[in-house]
Amino acid sequence: MSAHPLDKYLVTKRLPHIWCPGCGIGVALAAILRAVDKRVREGILKPENLVMVTGIGCTARAAIYVSFDSAHTIHGRAIPFASGAKLANPKLEVMVLGGDGDIAGIGGNHLLHAARRNMDLTVFMVTNMVYAMTGGQVAPTTPTGMYTTTTPKGNPETPVNVIKLVAYQGANYVARASTTHPALIERYAYRALGMEGFRFIEIISPCPEIFGRHIGFRDPIELYEEIKRKSKYKPKPSLEESDLDWERGWVLGEFIERNEPGYLRRIGRV
Amino acid sequence: MAAGLNFFAGYPITPASDLFEYLAEKLPGHGGVVVQFEDEIGSINAVIGAAWAGAKAMTATSGPGFSLMVEGLGLAIMTETPLVLVDVMRAGPSTGVPTKTTQSDVYQVRFAAHGEYSIPVLAPWSAQEAFDLAVKAFNIAEALRTPVILLTDAALAHTWERVEIKGSGEINVVKRRPPCVPPESFKLYEPCEDLVPRMAYFGEGYGVLVESLAHDEEGFYSPNTEAYERLVRRLVAKIERNSHLIVDNEEYLTRGAEYVIYAYGSTARSAYAVVKELRSEGLRVGLFRPKALWPFDAEGLRKATERARKVFVVENNLGKMVREVERVLKDKEVIPINIIDLEVPSPDRVSEEIRRWL
Repeated sequence: MSAHPLDKYLVTKRLPHIWCPGCGIGVALAAILRAVDKRVREGILKPENLVMVTGIGCTARAAIYVSFDSAHTIHGRAIPFASGAKLANPKLEVMVLGGDGDIAGIGGNHLLHAARRNMDLTVFMVTNMVYAMTGGQVAPTTPTGMYTTTTPKGNPETPVNVIKLVAYQGANYVARASTTHPALIERYAYRALGMEGFRFIEIISPCPEIFGRHIGFRDPIELYEEIKRKSKYKPKPSLEESDLDWERGWVLGEFIERNEPGYLRRIGRV
Repeated sequence: MAAGLNFFAGYPITPASDLFEYLAEKLPGHGGVVVQFEDEIGSINAVIGAAWAGAKAMTATSGPGFSLMVEGLGLAIMTETPLVLVDVMRAGPSTGVPTKTTQSDVYQVRFAAHGEYSIPVLAPWSAQEAFDLAVKAFNIAEALRTPVILLTDAALAHTWERVEIKGSGEINVVKRRPPCVPPESFKLYEPCEDLVPRMAYFGEGYGVLVESLAHDEEGFYSPNTEAYERLVRRLVAKIERNSHLIVDNEEYLTRGAEYVIYAYGSTARSAYAVVKELRSEGLRVGLFRPKALWPFDAEGLRKATERARKVFVVENNLGKMVREVERVLKDKEVIPINIIDLEVPSPDRVSEEIRRWL
């Protein structure tokens, strides 16, 4: 059997992965790895300097499948762990990958401060709008009114707009993609991996088993099509267009691109 | 710094901030990094990340901050990450008395994280010993690939006294033991004979997986009884069986002593004065002062109290280590001397309490 071009970045003996059929996380990881590979082939990144840090959740399991250095840490704490690694060895290219609950819920405070510091990390947040690994509880990104197992009468809360949150703190790069548009994930990841400072990419992703089924999508394809319909690409969108709204849909695109000095440069460690 | 510290992440808290501020001033000049994080949770996780990137890393806090760090401490234990955590005890529960001392957190530092583990806890009684044991703490962390607690208190943190700062040539600094095999055959959690696995850092091409899930020798999640039991038994045994690298006691006139006082940290200073006082009156009293509270040195204590009729355990709390002493010295009369004093129990008070039993 011929090897897949991305096999060198994977611990193939640990496959198959745990993600459900129709889940978008594998699509997101593959697109990120294609971007990594491009940067490696260009000589911008060295494979031995790559580090993927994750917390806990479905998305966080990505760390156990990559063949380069990685850490599968604890819920919400991937960003400070990654910050420590980058500060101790600035040569490392440290990526954080996590779900919306992990990054914006329990890890929200760390996210806010890492963005404010313009910490030299690339954070990928896979938004599936639910706590999937634990069975479908409400997430900070769950649309208002949506049924979850802990909001059986509908979510009374307003979802967090993470794009605005990190953009207003001074992150160097803020973009949103979707697993229904993997080429955008790859393009944004590629761009982010060539920059310094804090880079944040939100990736909307369908969770057919725990999110979709609970709200009436019986078939993974249906949910995929729905998310694809709701995702509208726009070149250079404004932050005012960044809300995640289940009824009206959401905008994909690059919201912020700055070239401010990253944290390491600010403390003289570049 | 003499031990090679080059990374500190912390969050301000009384009475541990002096240490943080000192390092913020000194460490960057020695090539190190000092960062204030958004909370204690961020701080300990940054320290763990830094350790995996090759740093000798530490943080410092007090009871309330330690409570927040417990989650990260568990991660460090599970992933066998060398680091030093300084806990400067104050008075709790909760916010308690931030600026004053007790010794009420000796169980918190040993038992607060969930799951099975053992963790070395060193407890200096003077500024000089704080220096010496800080070096030792880093050495244990590297030798056993484990977090180590350096447990002091507010009184000690605010003590001004002479310290001999030894240079790097005068102290023994234990270095990490790197992998002795190429990346293909290296297993990050496969122990050597001393039960301690070797360590590879990020950026060395080993493809390390730092894994918080219960794992096998390769770091692969293994939710079965056999692999789990093998892991946790080793995590405990690597500390307990290597306790000779950790335990150290100062014994003062314990040989043949009829009465032995067990005391540690700042309270031991008063106990020491009381031993001298009672000796001058002809009483055969001795002091047993453990410099490591955990692992508990049962053998050392038994030897030191061989001839003792009574053993007094003097603590600035409502009775903590006394339970361990009672457990080990079942055949002896063990008398708890629990004095709550936000300064430090005075020699007069300790003497008064002990005299009731003589």
